[in-house]
Amino acid sequence: MNGPRRGGAAGAIRFTFDGRALLARPGDTLAAALLANGIGLVARSFKYHRPRGIMAAGVEEPNALVTVGAGGREEPNTRATDLFVYDGMVARSQNRWPSLAFDAGSVLGLAAKALPAGFYYKTFFGSAKRWMFYEWFIRRAAGLGDAPTAADPDRFTQRAAFCDVLVVGAGPAGLSAALAAAEAGERVMLVEQDRILAPSLVRDPQDLDPAWAEATAARIGELGGRILLRTTAAGYWDDNLITVSQRLAEPGEPPAGGIAQRLWHVRAGRVILATGALERPLAFAHNDRPGVMLSQAVRTYVRRFGVVPGRRVVIAANNDDAYLTATALRDAGAEIVAVLDTRPVPAGATSGFPVHNDAMPLATKGARHHLREVSARVGGKVMHWRADLLAMSGGFTPVVHLHMQAGGAALEWDDASQSFLPGGARQNVVSVGSAASVAPVGPTPPPENPGKAFIDFQNDVSLGDVDLAWAEGYRSVEHLKRYTTLGMATDQGKTSNMAALGRLAEKQGVAIPEAGLTTFRPPYTPVTMGLLAGRTERDAGAHLRRLALFDVHQAKTPIWQPLGYWKRPRAYPQGGENLAEAALREARSVRTAVGMTDVSTLAKFEVSGPDAVQLLELVCATTVGKLAVGRGRYTFMLREDGLVFDDGTVWRLAENRYLLTSSTGGADRMAVHLSYVRQFLCPQLKVSVVNVQEHYAGIAVAGPTAKAVLAGLIGEEVPRHMSAVGASIAGSPVMVLAASYSGERAFEIYAEASLAEPVWNACEAAVTAQGGSLYGMEAMEFLRIEKGHLVVGGEVDGRLTPHDLALDKMLNKAGGYIGAAGLARPGLTAPGRKQLVGLEAIAGTIPEGAMLVTALGQPAGGHVTAAARRVLESGSIALGQLVDGFARHGEELVATSPTRSQSAAVRVVAPHFYDTAGERYRD
Amino acid sequence: MLLITCPHCGPRAQTEFSYERTVDSVVQPGAAPAEAMARLFTRANPRGLDDEIWRHTFGCRAWLVLTRHRMTHAITAIRAAGPEALP
Repeated sequence: MNGPRRGGAAGAIRFTFDGRALLARPGDTLAAALLANGIGLVARSFKYHRPRGIMAAGVEEPNALVTVGAGGREEPNTRATDLFVYDGMVARSQNRWPSLAFDAGSVLGLAAKALPAGFYYKTFFGSAKRWMFYEWFIRRAAGLGDAPTAADPDRFTQRAAFCDVLVVGAGPAGLSAALAAAEAGERVMLVEQDRILAPSLVRDPQDLDPAWAEATAARIGELGGRILLRTTAAGYWDDNLITVSQRLAEPGEPPAGGIAQRLWHVRAGRVILATGALERPLAFAHNDRPGVMLSQAVRTYVRRFGVVPGRRVVIAANNDDAYLTATALRDAGAEIVAVLDTRPVPAGATSGFPVHNDAMPLATKGARHHLREVSARVGGKVMHWRADLLAMSGGFTPVVHLHMQAGGAALEWDDASQSFLPGGARQNVVSVGSAASVAPVGPTPPPENPGKAFIDFQNDVSLGDVDLAWAEGYRSVEHLKRYTTLGMATDQGKTSNMAALGRLAEKQGVAIPEAGLTTFRPPYTPVTMGLLAGRTERDAGAHLRRLALFDVHQAKTPIWQPLGYWKRPRAYPQGGENLAEAALREARSVRTAVGMTDVSTLAKFEVSGPDAVQLLELVCATTVGKLAVGRGRYTFMLREDGLVFDDGTVWRLAENRYLLTSSTGGADRMAVHLSYVRQFLCPQLKVSVVNVQEHYAGIAVAGPTAKAVLAGLIGEEVPRHMSAVGASIAGSPVMVLAASYSGERAFEIYAEASLAEPVWNACEAAVTAQGGSLYGMEAMEFLRIEKGHLVVGGEVDGRLTPHDLALDKMLNKAGGYIGAAGLARPGLTAPGRKQLVGLEAIAGTIPEGAMLVTALGQPAGGHVTAAARRVLESGSIALGQLVDGFARHGEELVATSPTRSQSAAVRVVAPHFYDTAGERYRD
Repeated sequence: MLLITCPHCGPRAQTEFSYERTVDSVVQPGAAPAEAMARLFTRANPRGLDDEIWRHTFGCRAWLVLTRHRMTHAITAIRAAGPEALP
């Protein structure tokens, strides 16, 4: 192609392609505008870097992929045929260097024989090192556009919709179906991927025309129907849920309303698919050259966009579409030099065009940018024509993608049209129009040079590659697809699958339906990641659960730590302290004086009723029944398979009223677990379980002077260790539980969340008066590691038994708890299990998450679950899991972390580093 | 995405529900170890209808027992949980 092909004004919309300033008319696709500007070469092919032009006029385009937009709006791999030009659009070609016209990678095309199907499999079967070496080159040489790196400034939203009838496709069939449904009083939704109604009527005006389409749409609107243009039904899911993507701006275009795209979840009573049919290319040598286009696409450019893609045209087809295109081109002033009809006389005899029957193109010749010559075998002889455009039609393939995605759907083979038609379906869906039946075709002679006869233009797969895969033993169509990459990438084989299937069936000597089909997966056309994320991007990606005392903490500018959806203070640095310094000061304050911290996030359940203890003894693996009123104890819970999954405390607050606490991270899981137990395991019990996690805010006060602080706060006798009392602080009723996690004498004070702030303030004043400080999660971690207390998600990782965690002495001897049966499995008491150990560094600092080895290079026999430094003394300590660890105290190992490049020599010890006699937390 | 008719709330999208387990995996307290392990680890996985426990997590939070086809996802029965819903 050389020179403009459009009469009249050039248009007023400015855009650039590869930096070249160009003009387009309103309504132009980028493909139409490029053709109008005489640009035929728009892309380089995926594998061989062959020059490629525009083949189609719709979403099926395999060649003309461009990157459009700049910065965060950049969108790679956008079909030039599915992209409407807007003022200021910046588009560029892909997969070429240094330029589209002079692409260094095209030497790969000269070496095409050395790059057959399955090339990578064959070449990189050897060592990983070889692959690493080649990978760098391959990643540069092959491929599509680059993913953008900047954040997208635009918004993507999601909406739900419900209708009686969803019609996909606003062509004549879809509009008629939608109108009929609307007139019958049904709620109708009609979606069309193009930006105009009934584009096929613009291409082929017959007894219906665009004016009819407009009138019909208006009538549907009056009846309450909803019509969305530029909207694609991309996925069809169970129970007639269709995901629909609506473009509110073109790719790369700043959206007027700030929203670039909207994803609809449409639940439809029934679905009518009026998705039309896609034209198939013919396979002959060099059928991928710029200037070789689909017949119907040529007509679209001529009639819809006023662009005539060639002046001397050869048309090749196995069906009557050739004559429609010939007529359109002749009317637009082009010369039809030949119509090559694969069918015998009298096909096309009355058309008035220079028809050659029993004809099939052999090859094309030309330069990088354009077509120069077409040769064909006509009957027994070879003929040549000078031509700058070859329009081809290999028949039509109904768009059955959504029908097949509907699940359990069937296809029926139609021999006359050589295509699959939608058959029955499990869901309430029907296809109409050319999605349901297409015109018959004549014979499609095989190419004489299959190696250069491309069928999958996007992946550079020729019929020769299909033959090669067959010769190498690939029999199933699914294997063929994976070996040759046929039907993959952005077009998902819309124009290629039938040709490959036909070739495979021919090789197998079976009919096409027996060769099988690959799976039709959503989306029908590519969907941007932003659309799937919707509003969940950035900070909206996860909820924030606010502590009742969030503002109180925030005023102290702590370092926050995410914990599930919660944020908890990690440390409260003072005067330029870093995290480690602040945490050490806070932890030392707890060891030497007193500290206080927010423990509100702990899971808390109030279990009450005459049968409360039965429920608790089912859920907890420890005894609960012997607990006196006002007393509490440590407890842990097992899964049904006998492994520990959570731990906490249980308190008897009154005769039939208990408080069960468990880990923060497992709180939601525990709520479901308790609910399940109530509903399915003991529905007969008279017991109620109320989740009071967020009803109470909790403050822990810990340290040698904690008792004095409490005495000052509640003005009565403070409870002894593992006792509970009710009291009042700053006018708010509180519950005081004497329990220690730090190893010091400690109390947990619970107040109703809305009344917690004065309680916190009173506690803080009392703690400060005693020379204490606030402490965060980091200090808490130091303290509990030193004391050897467990953390769910750390030491308790769902793989250890009570025995492995040295909790077995606390098991309820009477059994009856969940997990008792699972614990009986012999494997859970066999040697070779990981067991809880303490580790102290002989030299160096024990890295977090290190593995435990007898020497560097040896297999891991365990791992570090939590590491810290001693609070008052120096030295690095850790808790860990070690195979047969109980029997290995005193052994020297190496804790090594290859990801941190850090190792330390360690000694295995008991998991208690502080107050092993347990004297400090009792009075 | 399935449309599940909650006996309390009516037809709702699958995203409101969570699948929990199959009915035949429920281990009653006091079950013998062999039976408990069989229920947990060697369950039937029928290519057809099976009874499943679901929860209307983001709705009424009720526990439900669904009879669902493993191939077609068709739900042939749905009832609120309770002792009578278990076989």
